[in-house]
Amino acid sequence: MTSWLLLGASEGGLFDLDATLPLMAVQVVLLTFILNSLFFRPVGRVVEDREGYVITSRAEAKQKLAQVERLEADLRDQLKEARVATQKLIQEAEQDSDALYREALASATADANASREQARREIDAQRESALSQLKTDADKLGDLIVDRLLAAK
Amino acid sequence: MGSLPLVLPFAELEVGQHLYWQLGNLKIHGQVFLSSWVVIGALLAFLFVGTRKMERDPRGVQNLIEFLWDYIRNLAREQIGEKAYRDWLPFIGTLFLFIFVSNWGGALVPWKLIHLPNGELGAPTADINTTVALALLVSLAYFYAGLSRKGFRYFEYYVEPTPIMLPFKIIEDFTKPLSLSFRLFGNILADELVVAVLAFLVPVLVPLPAMFLGLFTSAIQALIFATLAGNYIGEAVHEEHH
Repeated sequence: MTSWLLLGASEGGLFDLDATLPLMAVQVVLLTFILNSLFFRPVGRVVEDREGYVITSRAEAKQKLAQVERLEADLRDQLKEARVATQKLIQEAEQDSDALYREALASATADANASREQARREIDAQRESALSQLKTDADKLGDLIVDRLLAAK
Repeated sequence: MGSLPLVLPFAELEVGQHLYWQLGNLKIHGQVFLSSWVVIGALLAFLFVGTRKMERDPRGVQNLIEFLWDYIRNLAREQIGEKAYRDWLPFIGTLFLFIFVSNWGGALVPWKLIHLPNGELGAPTADINTTVALALLVSLAYFYAGLSRKGFRYFEYYVEPTPIMLPFKIIEDFTKPLSLSFRLFGNILADELVVAVLAFLVPVLVPLPAMFLGLFTSAIQALIFATLAGNYIGEAVHEEHH
């Protein structure tokens, strides 16, 4: 049996306002309190805790990153300094060895020159003495020859 | 007056029939409470299971629960404003969740399988009592919000920006609950009727589009109700900058 009971119906109808209204309101208010303690507060706490955690973690990570960057720059400086120092050391060592080489070369050349000079002097002296010897010998022989020839005559 | 019996071909369709429970000398609509207990029970069970083990790294249902919370928080924050939304988040959220589960419960639960002596089960929000109750709660809420935050300065709102607005603002206090309740009631009832009529005329396939549309409308109506409630509360707590 269909009956369209509309406004003004004594029993029933679409717009039948009765004690359902306040009871439903009370029920919804109760539901609000239940959901607040069951859902909104705990979930809010978890979500806000996480948001806080994320924010602090980000801040910490940023701090660490800055520290790492500082350290990296520091190390890079040190590395650069070390490179410069090595370069200088190498240069010095090269200069040193160069100087040593030159020194040794010079002394060796001087030695060689000196001994050559000495040798030449010795040779000269010997030649001198040999020549004078030869001269005296030749004079002697000449005298002898002259004497002989003069004697034979 | 009395009832207007019309003999129509869809004789199974019952509109305006209620299962009356007697409480002292008060009458209440039993079917509304029965279906509201079912949907509230489902909602509470879901939230209870979802919030049982909350972790910092969300997994499983917790993701859904937090998405829901975040959605409601954004809604409340946008409408009410950063300063006052925390106090009203549970109220706005409860309105949204209750209306949403009521509407979807009315559309998705096969209530027709349960026969009542009189009336039939359906969405609790398809009963004018429920929607008027919700709308009046919203009215109380925004009055309370305004008065508790600003004291009697709240009534300055009625003469802002000019005293000419006074009658309109007073009328608004009546039209707000009226429009809230009738919008929700009308949409949900109309949706149920359309689906019922279509299902009665052509029981296969044809009602499906209307059913999907009904689900869509139901969700939108819950959102509209919660958004407007938040908007009214936000209006009441809003501080004019002189």
